[in-house]
Amino acid sequence: MNFITVFRKEMLEQGRTYRFLIVAAILVIFGLSSPALAKFTPEMLKAIPGVPANVQSLFPTPTVVDAVGQYVKNMVQFGVLLALLMTMGVVVQEKERGTAAFFLTRPVSRETFILAKYAAMAVAFMASLAIAALGCWYYTYVLFEPIAWGPYLTLNGLMLIDFLVYMALSLLCSTIARSNGIAVGLAFVALIIVGGIGALPSISDYFPGHLISWGTSLVLGGDITAWPALWISLGVIVVALAAACLIFRRQEV
Amino acid sequence: MSTVHVEKMTKYYGAVHALDGLDLDVAAGTVYGFLGPNGAGKTTTLRILTGLARPTSGSAIVAGVDVLHAGSALSPKIGHLPEEPAFYPWMTPLEFLDYLGRLYGLSTTQRKSRTKELLNLVRMEDVSRRRIGGFSRGMRQRLGVAAALIHHPEVLFLDEPASALDPAGRKEVLDLIENLRGQATVVMSTHILADVERVCDVVGIIAKGKMLVQSRREELLERYAVPAFEVEADDRAALAKWGEDLKRLPWVTAVTSQNGTLRIIVKDVKTAKAALLAGAVGAGLVLNRYEEIRPSLEDVFLQLVGTESIS
Repeated sequence: MNFITVFRKEMLEQGRTYRFLIVAAILVIFGLSSPALAKFTPEMLKAIPGVPANVQSLFPTPTVVDAVGQYVKNMVQFGVLLALLMTMGVVVQEKERGTAAFFLTRPVSRETFILAKYAAMAVAFMASLAIAALGCWYYTYVLFEPIAWGPYLTLNGLMLIDFLVYMALSLLCSTIARSNGIAVGLAFVALIIVGGIGALPSISDYFPGHLISWGTSLVLGGDITAWPALWISLGVIVVALAAACLIFRRQEV
Repeated sequence: MSTVHVEKMTKYYGAVHALDGLDLDVAAGTVYGFLGPNGAGKTTTLRILTGLARPTSGSAIVAGVDVLHAGSALSPKIGHLPEEPAFYPWMTPLEFLDYLGRLYGLSTTQRKSRTKELLNLVRMEDVSRRRIGGFSRGMRQRLGVAAALIHHPEVLFLDEPASALDPAGRKEVLDLIENLRGQATVVMSTHILADVERVCDVVGIIAKGKMLVQSRREELLERYAVPAFEVEADDRAALAKWGEDLKRLPWVTAVTSQNGTLRIIVKDVKTAKAALLAGAVGAGLVLNRYEEIRPSLEDVFLQLVGTESIS
């Protein structure tokens, strides 16, 4: 019911409240700077006065592998953090402020309320990541060599799915919580479970983090695949959103 | 015919009984004053009737829609103004009303004309392009009224629409409600008796989650108001003596004296009217004031709910 209208409002809100600008600025800065950091970090280290010549020779000559590695590391770190921070308050703040109650007596279903927010956040992240990826590709091309488009797009697509998992979980936390503080706490518990426990070698193949290894491997010519992690990630997104809709439907706002 | 019909509604929050078997009937086209002290269950009732909360038991029909199984059928029929209407602070009134118009499926032309009409009604044309974030409580309340009316609802629920406003803001909002008479059925919750006396045709008094009485305002006053007269004189000793004499008369219920004023509650108004002035003259009193007290809603409210909750 009225999904497009509410989605448009959410997109407008992303712009007016500078949420989109914040996400785009941070991701684009790290996207652009990653190849440059990979290229110039060894040279800057060599330029430090007093570094012996034999130590200087230990710094490897940077390659496209370093540029991609730096990009992935920065993007995942800041992307996940942004996904949590930008989403954790979106529902609970509306409940606290009273806007949720005000709008839920209008022709806006509770499912539309939740899903339009998620869709708008997803579009903001997708657009920001696209600009960041484009910038990184260009600087990698200028400073090193071009990256093959197919694997590079897949890497970014998998990275976006990783972000979307955290966004869906954070949105669920925001829906469950009665106050912003509780939403923050729950979101960080989700981060610890998915990011921390998911890093354990015995189970990491089934967690969203493994998607990044798969994407990086595709770009750099490795042979890692992560189909189970992909299906589980998509499943987590669907289940988290369905749970958020169901819980919100039963909640009194 | 009832536009709002509530039967045996309960709402429990653990051990707290916010509503305890509430019955409510609002006829089409009336301005209904839902009166009660703070915590009586007014807001809970309105939240249930607008679909924001669910009752523990009971039933509710609003504009022919069963509220408990309404789905999307209820929202086009109702308008709702919460006690503290909340808006997106980054929006302007123009954008906000246009957004609501879209939600209700109004065409571009309809949205433009309705937005203009409502901004004019709530006298906000001059601030229509300013961010809502900087608005005063009164401005937000007026915008809330406009928002509640955007789609010409059949039933309008207003929760304490004027309680937090200054006298000027209160007058504006009450004028707006008065102008809605005949256009929609209005259910207005409040604990301010003067507001109800001013705009409501029918009054329902609720306390502790139960409807104590509901009736047309005049009928309520006739039924519950105490017939009384007040007499004021400078000679307090003579006044007090005459008061004692009055207590012995069969048509007098009670006599109280305070600051040179005698309040005489009577059983028979007609006899009292004929006898009181003559009696006062006979007692040698020089009167400063003689008045038949017009019964007020406050008297009714005090009788039904008690003195501690009067506003």
